[in-house]
Amino acid sequence: MHALYPLILSALLFGIGIYGVLARRNAILVLMSVELMLNAANIALVAFDVMLKDAAHAGQSLTVFVITIAAAEIGLGLAIVLLIFRQRATIAVDAMHDLGEHTPQRLTEGTHP
Amino acid sequence: MSELLSPNTLEAVFALFGLVAVGAAVLVVTTRHLVHAALWLVVALGAVAGCFLLMSAEFVAWMQVLIYLGAVVVIVLFGFMLTRAPIGPSDDLTTQNRWAALLVAFSASAALIVLLVGGFAGTTLDLSDPTPTDAAMIGGSIFRYWVLPFEALSVLLLAALIGAIAISRLRSREV
Repeated sequence: MHALYPLILSALLFGIGIYGVLARRNAILVLMSVELMLNAANIALVAFDVMLKDAAHAGQSLTVFVITIAAAEIGLGLAIVLLIFRQRATIAVDAMHDLGEHTPQRLTEGTHP
Repeated sequence: MSELLSPNTLEAVFALFGLVAVGAAVLVVTTRHLVHAALWLVVALGAVAGCFLLMSAEFVAWMQVLIYLGAVVVIVLFGFMLTRAPIGPSDDLTTQNRWAALLVAFSASAALIVLLVGGFAGTTLDLSDPTPTDAAMIGGSIFRYWVLPFEALSVLLLAALIGAIAISRLRSREV
């Protein structure tokens, strides 16, 4: 199989994940887009592992590590998201501007207390 | 893999799985139904698991199915329920900087594709070896060459577990 099939698939999935992280307002959807980007990296890692025929299977071992880190990340991320929801009754990421230098003019209507 | 599929069939099946993954991923980031986004994420991650299988990475594919499709998507659905996500379509799921996001995503993808085509245009994956990379091979590799990252990762998982419990026990007034 030509090596460009998995590599281009990984590049496309990574771009879609970037779009989701930057454009989505719901914090859980942002976390899901991060999962898409991690999966793109996994595809590239497995493809390079098979391409290089590594005896130590570095690529696939790293993929298993990345999957583990992704599980830890989504657990901790959702705990933080739920805490924010309990405190503010919204998880819109553009309503979280307490640490910003200035208050943005346009807020999500009716979501910020 | 080789005795099951000829090389051309393998490429065609891989392209099919890749198209399903990309299409479902686009729907994940564009759909207006929150729960549908989680279900399309199942399709996208399942298609990626199929791609892993076609690249003879058997153990990674089953790990993907178990952890992502089994655990992560269920956690995401729980998160939607606990944040009282609406069932029907929501119109405010995309911020007003979507065009800037589209520009950044497109240029990142284009740069990556140009880089990869320039670097690996003539390279092929040799999948003629019929033995897939199963759990025994990955396990031997992890415990022979990757013991220190493995142990560090177990500490990281423990820290994430304790952190999630500690964050969940905070009351609102203590924050």
